[in-house]
Amino acid sequence: MSNDSSSELEVAGAHEIEHALRRSDTDPRAAQRAERQVAIMFVGSVLASILFVVAFVSVKSTAVVDLPLIGRIGLQNLTLGVASGLGLFLIGAGAIHWARKLMSDEEIVDERKSFASDDETREAVVESFHTGVEESGVMKRPLIRRTLLAAMALMPIPAIVMLRDLGPLPETKARETLWRKGSRIVTDISYRPIKPEDIPLGGLVAGALPADLKKVEEEEGNLNQRAKAAIILVRMAPDEIRSQQIQDGDFQGILAFSKICTHLGCPIALYEQRTKHLLCPCHQSTFDLADDGNVIFGPSARRLPQLAIEVDKEGYLVAKEGFQEPVGPSFWERG
Amino acid sequence: MSSESPRRRRPTAALALVTVGLILMGGLYAAAGSLASPAQAETSEASPALLEEGSVLYKEGCSSCHGLNLEGVPADSVGKGNPKQNGPSLIGVGAAAVDFQVSTGRMPVGATGQQVVAGRSSYNEEEVAALAAYVASFAPGPAIPSEEDLDTTDASLAEGGELFRTNCAQCHNFAAQGGALSNGTYAPAIDPSRPDHIWEAMLTGPQSMPVFNDTTINPDEKKAIIKYIQNINAAPSPGGAPLGTVGPVSEGLLIWTVGLGALIACSVWLGAKAK
Amino acid sequence: MSTTQRAVATTTTWVDDRTGAGKWLKKNLRKVFPDHWSFMLGEIALYSFILCLLTGVYLTLFFNPSMKEVVYNGSYAPLNGIKMTQAYESTLRVSFDVRGGLLVRQVHHWAALLFVAAVSVHMLRVFFTGAFRKPRELNWVIGVGLMTLAILEGFAGYSLPDDLLSGTGLRIAQGIVLAIPLVGSYVSSFLFGGEFPGTDFIPRLYSIHILLIPGILLGMLTAHLLLVWYQKHTQFPGPGRTNKNVVGFPLFPVYVAKAGGFFFIVSGIITLIAAMFTINPIWLYGPYVPDQVTAGSQPDWYIGWLDGAVRVIPNWETVLFGYNISWNILLPALIIPGIMFTLLALYPWIEAKATGDKREHHLLDRPRNAPTRTGLGAMGLTFYVLMWISGGNDLIAQAFSWSINSITWTIRVLLIVLPPLVFVITRRTCLGLQRRDRDKLLHGRETGIIKRMPSGEYLEVHAPVSSATRAKLVASRESDYAPIEAPPAVDANGVKAPKKGRLGVKLSNFYFANRVIPPTDEEIAEGQHHAADDLETVRPSGQITSGH
Repeated sequence: MSNDSSSELEVAGAHEIEHALRRSDTDPRAAQRAERQVAIMFVGSVLASILFVVAFVSVKSTAVVDLPLIGRIGLQNLTLGVASGLGLFLIGAGAIHWARKLMSDEEIVDERKSFASDDETREAVVESFHTGVEESGVMKRPLIRRTLLAAMALMPIPAIVMLRDLGPLPETKARETLWRKGSRIVTDISYRPIKPEDIPLGGLVAGALPADLKKVEEEEGNLNQRAKAAIILVRMAPDEIRSQQIQDGDFQGILAFSKICTHLGCPIALYEQRTKHLLCPCHQSTFDLADDGNVIFGPSARRLPQLAIEVDKEGYLVAKEGFQEPVGPSFWERG
Repeated sequence: MSSESPRRRRPTAALALVTVGLILMGGLYAAAGSLASPAQAETSEASPALLEEGSVLYKEGCSSCHGLNLEGVPADSVGKGNPKQNGPSLIGVGAAAVDFQVSTGRMPVGATGQQVVAGRSSYNEEEVAALAAYVASFAPGPAIPSEEDLDTTDASLAEGGELFRTNCAQCHNFAAQGGALSNGTYAPAIDPSRPDHIWEAMLTGPQSMPVFNDTTINPDEKKAIIKYIQNINAAPSPGGAPLGTVGPVSEGLLIWTVGLGALIACSVWLGAKAK
Repeated sequence: MSTTQRAVATTTTWVDDRTGAGKWLKKNLRKVFPDHWSFMLGEIALYSFILCLLTGVYLTLFFNPSMKEVVYNGSYAPLNGIKMTQAYESTLRVSFDVRGGLLVRQVHHWAALLFVAAVSVHMLRVFFTGAFRKPRELNWVIGVGLMTLAILEGFAGYSLPDDLLSGTGLRIAQGIVLAIPLVGSYVSSFLFGGEFPGTDFIPRLYSIHILLIPGILLGMLTAHLLLVWYQKHTQFPGPGRTNKNVVGFPLFPVYVAKAGGFFFIVSGIITLIAAMFTINPIWLYGPYVPDQVTAGSQPDWYIGWLDGAVRVIPNWETVLFGYNISWNILLPALIIPGIMFTLLALYPWIEAKATGDKREHHLLDRPRNAPTRTGLGAMGLTFYVLMWISGGNDLIAQAFSWSINSITWTIRVLLIVLPPLVFVITRRTCLGLQRRDRDKLLHGRETGIIKRMPSGEYLEVHAPVSSATRAKLVASRESDYAPIEAPPAVDANGVKAPKKGRLGVKLSNFYFANRVIPPTDEEIAEGQHHAADDLETVRPSGQITSGH
């Protein structure tokens, strides 16, 4: 029924294309007006381009303009942008206005020709192909065929093998951090060592690092160790700690945790001191620092590794040992 | 003070406890060791008249939650008899906490919710000073910063930025616009905050915020942070309207509405038949 | 002959003698393009891509893709004396010390956002109007490929300046790579030249961003446009528009002016936006340091749905024989997007399997005339938008003072409940609209005039629909196709029907559920005739011409 009705629209009485005349088609003054409008837009574009050059040489990068609603913004970016933006826009607007008002708006019809070839051509193609296959002898000579296939199959291997030297093997580096027994804990940015009494109850050291990191970074010239070693310190009353990963891993209620989220590696320090929750700003994994650093919400599957701490002879906080589990995101071999 | 944070003021209470050696709060925090840096604990030297005014104001406005002697109202006594709401002890919270809470309008608390919100202060400057002096007279605690404390002339803007990004941006956003915390709480925008309030907030750790005392972030660093925040607020936006400086989300919304909207409008104009 | 005419003739001869372009030009100078605003969406995408290329070339003149650390000493005071990579430093330099550099950076970034947005809306237009059907399946697949590459290219660009936000994004991408079973650690170590962040990745990403992906994009884009040119553009049903013609305006001069002008419109509007609105103020984020982060760390909008999926997924992880399978990362970041894009690319064949339709289609469907497709599209879109919203859950929580945990849980539930619901509602709405269209063809349109019958009954007077409307409505026949009928389970000779083909039948039954069969020509003629008579009873002829 409908499957073979290839649009006999004339029956439905809709074959004629309507064409209504525009005012600019009938009224020469309207056409003239449109012409002037187009020209004004093009002239506007010319002026905008000139304005751009003027702004480029005269507006300082520190100049500021205070606009209602928007606020205080840079004048240079604004003037250069508005000038070049208008310069472009007005050319486009003029051209389209010209096309709409003054160029012929009578719709024309193009017939679609089927681009499929006829059966004869198709057969000829298939035949040519077979002839080619026949003449090459590829079907008759399996030795050539198979060795060629083998050659083609192995050909990409050098290209893939060459990718090997993009970087070293991962080895066990993901499991190692700079923290050792006795690594002194220093604050980020200022690299100050920390005494227990420096940290108040409810306090947070939002970024802490091993003291030797600065030297290592200078030697290695990268931030790789920082990306693994960063920790945070929090202090709660000892009786608020419900459970911790490492027995007596705290020092008088001061707990050290890896700052690197076990989900996808964002640094976390959104510590809510009332609830002892730590929230990751990237995907909202939430860890309970008073309870093992366990995940209580969000996509992370693993608790935040704890770093056991103590004080050294001079009374500064140091690591009691390295991390007991890998920090940061999961990986296949992690286990 | 909201009901679910009975321990909010205790950290600073502990400062007082250890320094002065009072045994008011019991032995709980004694185990936590010696916590106070002497510079922070200042006893009140206010005039008797100011203390008297503070006392009157306190009894009227604060005592129902915080107790007549600042001892606090434990959550389990609420409903039995007089107290209608619990509140933490204010002993040793210091003048800084009172000034921050009262002059930002957070205290006295209005509606109870996940978070106590800032608003218009119910007290004028003098009354706040009286209340702060009164509370500080009970036990020493963090003091209101002096003008000298807040003088950021010599502070390093760049260092302030680094410290801000390490200590503050994770909750308050890179441009101090605030951010969400868990369960309906949030870190407020702090770019319009007064420098003394920023200082006091770091020192006393209101609500969810941890305490950044003068040893974890020293006074010079606090000055640098304040300078950086003020600079964010004052600096013009070189590239145009900042769209709330909340990152790519508002940029995405703009391109979908204004950008694509304007271009579709142009397309409709282009495709429509002229009259 | 005027001088101009002579000049044109000379040039044409010169070119034709050497290339034989004359034949091609003769055919194509007056090539017809149909006009519709939605056909410009692809052009918005094309032009914003060109703008990205142009501005991108300018930026390469200043950008230094190196992760070597330097101390900043430039005109942006709040960062003076701070250590940063040369990538970040040179981005600051082009923003603050090159006149117009910030503008070009902003144009580049806004154009990139617009590029992917326009590609997406263009794709929706093609999907909902059935423009992907035979003979355009290949171009649909190229389009899906372009979309995927556009997203990758955008993410690469977002990651280059090495500011705090882009570094955070790379850290997450590296975490996703680590989650790949078996080879994750190796791939990560090779990509980053060792551990994260290393000093190799940004220069490598730079080659990919400015050479590899744009090169492939350009190639595929060319193929995409050549196919559109060769197959001729589809058109919406309307007076005179059939499946065998194309009605519109000639390439020269109208489309040269319109499409050429539109390039300037797109460039102009993007530049004006870049003049007035900041995008990615990298100086505020600060340089990337792996232990710093900002609240509201978000990707650009087109990665938002992936980030959202990663946010809502429950924390599933399996440890099997000492090996970690991180479903919480693999599912939202690789498996679900993989399935979505594969289904999208294969959709033309899936639908053809359900309809059994082997005809060529050059007349576009009105979405209502393909109720199941429209329903499926709306369903997929709902799924996508929910994930997208989830990508901004923290900002929503902040803006409305809602709990981020409640938002996450709500989206988890909605992701399962809402898409099927949207499917059902959309399909029903389409079917309802189709029935209304059918009624219009069979009984004419409702006039709002009530007449009282001799029997005392009240009836509404109907009038014939206009020829333009009829042309539009009748096109439902082009969209319609009979469902595939199941072969009898046991044929005349008692042989059981083969299992093969049953899937097609099931798909077909699903696709054509509650099918509204369009009326035949006779039915329409009769219906319209009746309507005309009906109208005659209240308004003698000539008083009312056919309405809409």
